[in-house]
Formats: sequence, structure tokens, C-alpha cells
Amino acid sequence: MSAVFKADETFRDDFSFRNSVAAIRRFPLPFPADEYMYSVNLEPHLPGPAGSITEFALDIDEHYVSECRERAIVLAAEPQRFQALPHMLSAQWDCLELIMESLARDYPQHFSLTRNGNHWHWTNRPLELEQSFTFGDVATLPQPPLEYITRQAQGDWVVMDQRDGDLWTEAGMVTTPADWSLDFDLGMTFKEWHGPVPLAHEMNVFDRALKYLLNLRLGRPVRRLNWTMTVNPRLDTAPEMYPFWGPDRTMVNANNAGDLVHLRVELQGLWRLPRSNGVVFSIRTYFISLRELATVPKWARRVHRVMQNLHPALVDYKGMSRYRDAVVAWLAPYDDGSPTTPGTAPE
Amino acid sequence: MTDGQTLRVEVTAIAEVTPLIKHFTLRAVDRAPLPAFSGGSHVVVVMRGANRVYRNPYSLLSPPSDRSAYQIAVRRMEASRGGSEFMHTQLHVGSHLEIAHPVNLFPLDKIARKHVLIAGGIGITPFLAQLEDLHEGAIPYELHYAVRSAEHAAFHERLRTREAGRVRFYHDSKAQAIDYDALLSAQPLGTHVYVCGPAGMISRVIDTARRWGWPDSHVHWEKFSAPPVGEAFEVFLARAKIGVNVLPDQSLLEAIEAAGVEVPYLCRGGVCGFCQTRVLELDGELLHHDHYLSDADKSRGKSIMPCVSRAKCQSLVLDL
Repeated sequence: MSAVFKADETFRDDFSFRNSVAAIRRFPLPFPADEYMYSVNLEPHLPGPAGSITEFALDIDEHYVSECRERAIVLAAEPQRFQALPHMLSAQWDCLELIMESLARDYPQHFSLTRNGNHWHWTNRPLELEQSFTFGDVATLPQPPLEYITRQAQGDWVVMDQRDGDLWTEAGMVTTPADWSLDFDLGMTFKEWHGPVPLAHEMNVFDRALKYLLNLRLGRPVRRLNWTMTVNPRLDTAPEMYPFWGPDRTMVNANNAGDLVHLRVELQGLWRLPRSNGVVFSIRTYFISLRELATVPKWARRVHRVMQNLHPALVDYKGMSRYRDAVVAWLAPYDDGSPTTPGTAPE
Repeated sequence: MTDGQTLRVEVTAIAEVTPLIKHFTLRAVDRAPLPAFSGGSHVVVVMRGANRVYRNPYSLLSPPSDRSAYQIAVRRMEASRGGSEFMHTQLHVGSHLEIAHPVNLFPLDKIARKHVLIAGGIGITPFLAQLEDLHEGAIPYELHYAVRSAEHAAFHERLRTREAGRVRFYHDSKAQAIDYDALLSAQPLGTHVYVCGPAGMISRVIDTARRWGWPDSHVHWEKFSAPPVGEAFEVFLARAKIGVNVLPDQSLLEAIEAAGVEVPYLCRGGVCGFCQTRVLELDGELLHHDHYLSDADKSRGKSIMPCVSRAKCQSLVLDL
């Protein structure tokens, strides 16, 4: 997306976040059919069509500048949203390299990276940052490498060490979580981390996903989509902040759901890291309000049907018990019962 | 690898480090930086011989931080099926090869309090790259390196000077042997042991460590099996609906690939489990040579690792 950055959007207080028409058209609808259940929906992270969210390894869109500001606001109040165990330092540098290389290669109008051996120079024009540093020397950056670069990247980042036939969550930058806490999960194994997810364990989803990820190859990243719903376009729905956002769920009714309720989609990317042999997991969040969604008739019909028939355990796990009926009621007038075309494209 | 996405490299130096081991330096044909990697990684080298294609895994022994070149060492096997023979006789400076991206199935444990490395012969290669990482760090380590005789000690000088005080050599010719009991009975808590070498050495280390109460999670080994030479046999691929003849010096995986059917693989040495294939019908016996399937799985006969395992059978039908 050749983005013109919307510099002053907010994800709190007055919630001024909105999608442009172009951003709506490229929204990653996570429902390929009119019903939804968990699956190991991992696929190679190969370049998608021009303008799509998967055109490049990392997607930078019109919300970039505002999301970076939101991250800084969260970190100022809650510095523990970034954490890294000591043995994850080489993985931190791997992540910095991945992000800088990707952004400079794919968005040369916004980012540049010049390298002379270990002497690197990084330019971030949208955030007006310049940094010379020595790759591998933490003293030459203002923050730890993962914190430094993820303050300049959209989405959350979790870094896992691979040992003993498992993946261990041992570093991360998590300021936009859908109700989970890095502080709580740090040090957990792959299945411990995913412990709260209902149904999927019984379906052996995590056995299969773990086996797949343990063999993730260098240069062959994979991706999947995940989703939930959030009242207001609030990026920081961390459990630590529950008193601030939990009560929002009680405000939704069939009249205001179109503006209050947002479909929250995560483009999750996984890369093998070269020097550390770790795996980095990026969770890139996209919001769309039901009213924005309903500008695409096929999507309104499909989401109406998915919400109507969603498994009760998923309704509960995704925190939608109080307002799912309001969502269905608000979308109902947009569903005339006609079939939806296959796939997720707008029409 | 199944989609043919390989790195194109050129042999830029060849050195004979022992009478049986040659050391190759590989650079990208376009001289672009090669991918960074972690100590213990291997690459699968694709060798296009006159009549057939060999794909053998070799550990990267160069410093992981050096992206200008990769280095591998190849021991000429007495009963070579052709791969190591090809590397020793067909390659010269300027030859081009294809290699897959590095894969690490033998990494150092990042929360270990101490590392004990045990190498036999050509098994030294993954440790050479790991030593580059360990050398700079604060975690204590020691290397025990057993070879037939001094002239077979690849990289002897480099280790003797660089790792002085942390390396101990054992020469079979002088009747020097590693005392595994002494070594593994008196290590501090949090020590991890790593072994790469002949099968007998690996099982000695595993058995001794178990006897002294080491947790399995602290014992690491890497043994790439060369696919053994055997008798020819026939296999039928159910989904492709073709019959394939496996030659005596060809692996099942190579024969399937030569027939134009792709099987996902990573190590080609019976370690990673990536090429595990379902056996649909069998009249005869599977000859399992991998280190991945459990003994129970092997005797059940429902799966085979075509990279190293064979069959002695009237008929074999695979889910491919």
C-alpha cells in the first residue's frame, strides 16, 4: 500500500481511528466460508497481489505513524510490555535485521538501511529517526535491539527459543494484545502459552502446529489469520488493562454495534531466525468497524452468518458473550440470504 | 525442500586437511552475502553427476557471522554411493553447486550452564562453527576430540592453538580413549553434552549419560546416516500411480525423486522426520536405518523414512 500516513489517529479516549476506502478494500477477512472453526491454517508467507496486505513481508499501511505513537504511550506507562530473557539477545538482533531489511527493501521511499560490515545506518523518514549503530553491540542503540526496532513496527512481536523439542516464549513486544499478557506468558512452552484456547487442544491443533513450526525453515516464513472482536478500535486490550476496556462490552446494543464493534484480524507471520535458530512470531492487527465492513455486501452477509452460528465456546473465549446477539441483529438487515462467492475477496 | 529454491554457489578453494577429508569454501555465484546461520547447521548439497543427482547433508564449519562464504568438510567414504566420491574427484575451484538454506538440527542449548562437546573424526565439523559462538561467550565449555591418529585430526592445529586448555585430543593409534564415566559423572548441574561421531561413540555417550542420571534433554547428538547400499527393490507410489525401481546404490528418496515425484525433506540423513511416508501395503520387510522413528513405530511397519531406509520385499506401496 503506498500509504499516506494518517498522523493523528487515536486508539483510546476519543477513538478517532477510521479506515479509508482503500484500507477497507484490502482488509483481510478471515472467513473463507460462511462458517468458522479452528484449523491449522498455516500457509507459506509468499508475496500476494500488489496492494494486498501480503504484497510484502511486513505490511506498512496508513495507520503506521499513529500505531507507533500508541505503542510509545503504552510503553511509557507499562515498560514491562517489552521483555527479553538474557539468552535471547542474538534473537533480538536477528529480529532487528529482519525488520530493517524488509522495510528498507520494500518501502525505500520511507526507510533506508546502509551497511558497512557491522556498521549500520538506519533511516526512518515517517518517524523522522536516524540511527548509526554497530550490529551486535547493544551499547550503540538507545534501547535493546528488539525494543528499538519494534517501536518502529506495527503489530506485536513474540520471539521463541527452540530447545528440547519445544518453542519457548522468551522475548517480545506486546502492546496490542487481544486479551493476553506477555508478562504472564514469558517463559512458557508453546502449549502452555496456548493453554486457554478452547477446543483446539482436543483437535490436536497445537501438536500439529508445533511439529510444523519446529521444522520451520530459514527463508521460508509462514502465515495465518486469526480474529476476534473488540469494542472500539482499542489496540491495547491487555488483561492488565481490563478495568479500562472490559466494561465497554456492556455498552453495545443493536443500534450502536455498527460503530462500536470492530472485527479484529491478526495477520500472524512466523520466521526462522538465522543466528539464534529461534522463531519470531509477528501479530499484525487490523480493525474494521461493522459499519465499514457493511460497505462490502458480501462481507456483511458472510460475517452475519459466521456470527450467528459460531460455536458457543468460541463466543465465550473471544469475549463476545454479552454482545454477540447485538452484532447479529445489527448485521441482519444486510443479509438477504443470497449466496456468497467463494474466497474472501470483496466481490 | 521441494520447490527447488536453492542457493547457487561456486567452489572458491579446496584444501586437503587429512588424507581422507577435503575442505571446500563456497561463495554465492553472484557474490551476494549468504544467509547467516547458527552453529550446528548443515546444508544439503545438490550434486549433478553424469547419470544421477546426489543430495548430501554437510555441516557448516565456518564462523556463523561470516556471510561471505560457507565452508564444509567432506570425508571420502570407503563405501561411497557416489556423493562423497563426487565431491572429492569431480569438483575443482570454479565448479558451481546448488545448496539448500542452512537448517540446524544440532543447536547449542541457550540456557546451558556448561557445554561438553565430544567429537569423533569428521564429527568435528558442526562443533567448529559452534566454537566460534562459544569462544566469545561467558559459558564454560570443553571439547573432547577422538581420531584414529594425528594425521587424521582435521583442523588439529587450529583447535590446539585457539582452544588451548579447553580441548583434549585422543588418538586411537596411541590407545588413547575417552573415559566416558569419568567425563560424565562429574559435571556441574546444568551441563549439556553434545556428541557427533561414529554410531558406537554416540551410543556410548547416551548410555553412559543415562547411567549417571543425566536428563535426556541435556544429551544431544547428531548422526547423519549415509543411505546404505543394499539390494535393488521395487516400490509402487499409490497417488502418482507409478512403479519405481530402487537401485542398490540409490536411496529410496533418490529413486522417487528421479521418477519425478517430490517428497519434502530437510536432512536426508534419517534425523529430522520431515520425509516420513506412510506405508500402505507391504509384502516383505522394511529395513529401517533412521534415527527418528521409535522402535515400536519401526516394528509396526506403517511408516518409512525414504532418505535412508530400504525394503526387502515382494511389493511395497507408499502413500505418495
